[in-house]
Amino acid sequence: MTTRLFFPSQWDRRTRTLAAISICLVFFAVIFIAAWLYGDQGQVTELDLRKLPPSWERPFGTDWLGRDMLARTLKGIRISLGVGLTAATCSACIALLLGLGAALLGRTVDRLVTWLADAALATPHLVLLILISFACGGGARGVIIAVAASHWPALTRIIRAEVLQLRSADYVKLARQLGKGPYWIARRHLLPHVAPQFLVGLLLLFPHAILHSAGLTFLGFGMPPHTPAIGVLLAESMRYLSMGLWWLAVAPGLILIVSVLAFDVLGNNVRALLDPKTLRE
Amino acid sequence: MHLHLTKFLLTKTLRLVLLVAAVASLSFVLVSRSPIDPVDAYVGAAIMKISPEQREMIRERWGLDQPPLARFARWAAQLARGDLGVSTIFNEPVTSVIAKRFITSLWLMALAWSFSGLLGFVLGLIAGAREDSPADRLIRLYAYTMAATPTFWVGMMLLMVFSVYLGWTPVCCAWPPGLSIEQATLGQRLHHLLLPALTLSLIGVAQITLHTRQKTVEAMHSDYAIFARAQGESTLGIVCRQVLRNVALPAVTLQFASLGELFGGAVLAEQVFSYPGLGRATVEAGIRGDVPLLLGIVLFSTVFVFTGNTVADLLYRLVDPRMGEGQGGTA
Repeated sequence: MTTRLFFPSQWDRRTRTLAAISICLVFFAVIFIAAWLYGDQGQVTELDLRKLPPSWERPFGTDWLGRDMLARTLKGIRISLGVGLTAATCSACIALLLGLGAALLGRTVDRLVTWLADAALATPHLVLLILISFACGGGARGVIIAVAASHWPALTRIIRAEVLQLRSADYVKLARQLGKGPYWIARRHLLPHVAPQFLVGLLLLFPHAILHSAGLTFLGFGMPPHTPAIGVLLAESMRYLSMGLWWLAVAPGLILIVSVLAFDVLGNNVRALLDPKTLRE
Repeated sequence: MHLHLTKFLLTKTLRLVLLVAAVASLSFVLVSRSPIDPVDAYVGAAIMKISPEQREMIRERWGLDQPPLARFARWAAQLARGDLGVSTIFNEPVTSVIAKRFITSLWLMALAWSFSGLLGFVLGLIAGAREDSPADRLIRLYAYTMAATPTFWVGMMLLMVFSVYLGWTPVCCAWPPGLSIEQATLGQRLHHLLLPALTLSLIGVAQITLHTRQKTVEAMHSDYAIFARAQGESTLGIVCRQVLRNVALPAVTLQFASLGELFGGAVLAEQVFSYPGLGRATVEAGIRGDVPLLLGIVLFSTVFVFTGNTVADLLYRLVDPRMGEGQGGTA
């Protein structure tokens, strides 16, 4: 799949997969450590260093207040990743609960969950995000709730289908016939199937959650200017584009794209590793 | 066939009514729980200048003095009559705001929709026909990257290069500032549309490309394609005669089913280019607390997406010979 685009083809599938996963993990480690060590410098204003284009000393340049853009970008991407990860994790947990509920708690619950999922998917994603963020009164909390509340339907359907299929599987029926309790069946038969689905679903939610929270922030819902998430940085840079301060937008955007791609690659490769069908390819 | 079609459309209409009712009640609950006070949001910076009596008057005019349930009953009754109330920031009926803004957005969305569909389809065919060739790798790399790229950032880059540095395209709006919409010529309108539409297309290509590529690869490995090759048909011949008709329908369907993404992309692109369409109205309604307009747009966009999905379903039914009479009713 994607790994073939980036790695030499003489490596086997498994090596490529593991290499891709390690590179992504190292990338995130570097971002978080660098933001922790260096990110606070982005709050320092030095008015005699205003609007400097990128140089060796300041690879991302400085903004209209003389703040270092590399430091601001690192801090911003850490905030954005944090918001995205929190939202995606909440969303995946909602999906797990609703999916299990729909599959196990009878027809009424099933209908209710299906109806909720249909309603949530019926409105364009971004409009739903704006609506929920408005309902929460904005802020980082609003963004997290909006993203969490709008991304669960796809994973819910996957988990519901998986559990429904398992419930009617022969070995589960057999276990029930042999007198195993529901708790034993859940632990020995459901968990090993649902846990990987949940993990991969969660990982593949990250890119969407990060992109959508950045978009929502860019539109002005959510983070205030003193929380310099990447969407805030880009929205602020809009005002300076016509003055030719291109570096305010280019580098932060590229870092955002690379982070989203990295999560996408991570998710797809973990899926390849966990799926027995592709494990030994 | 006609009977089936009527039944299909009736079922769909019933579903739409139920869906709109569901979305309307859910979103009304959401906005009425909002801690943002509509009066504060409306008044904005002038908050110090108005007296408590004036505030009370505004609240009364908007019916905010009543309990939520009574407000919902009133709003739902209005909605059933097709009246969405009055927008607080534009001070005119929500339906007319949406109609005006949507027509402006429709230019943008239609252009981007057809261009990205066509380009994405061709790219997908090229990539799929020559699996793992350099062209395939390049196209896939492009599609994966675009899928990870925020729409607004692409818009900003285009704006910077073509409007600020090269000066080829205008910096904002849908027609030259100072003119009214009627005075602008078609050429001027298209000139202003160019960059926003390009932004949406560059992003929109990704999904349709990857989907078409997948279907093309499957078709190229099918028995009929292999048989044609055994008879000495060239790759181009196989693509034109065998693959194309198998791949076209799913692609068109996907394109119709992706109206929601298109709408979301338009919101972001319109924000970057200050394009006065429905997307910008959505953002303004959200930020300045125009509850009637926001609810109206939520309902309108729901109907918009639903229409796209229904057209996709209908196309499958009408075009695909395998969707026979016997399978009617599965939507």
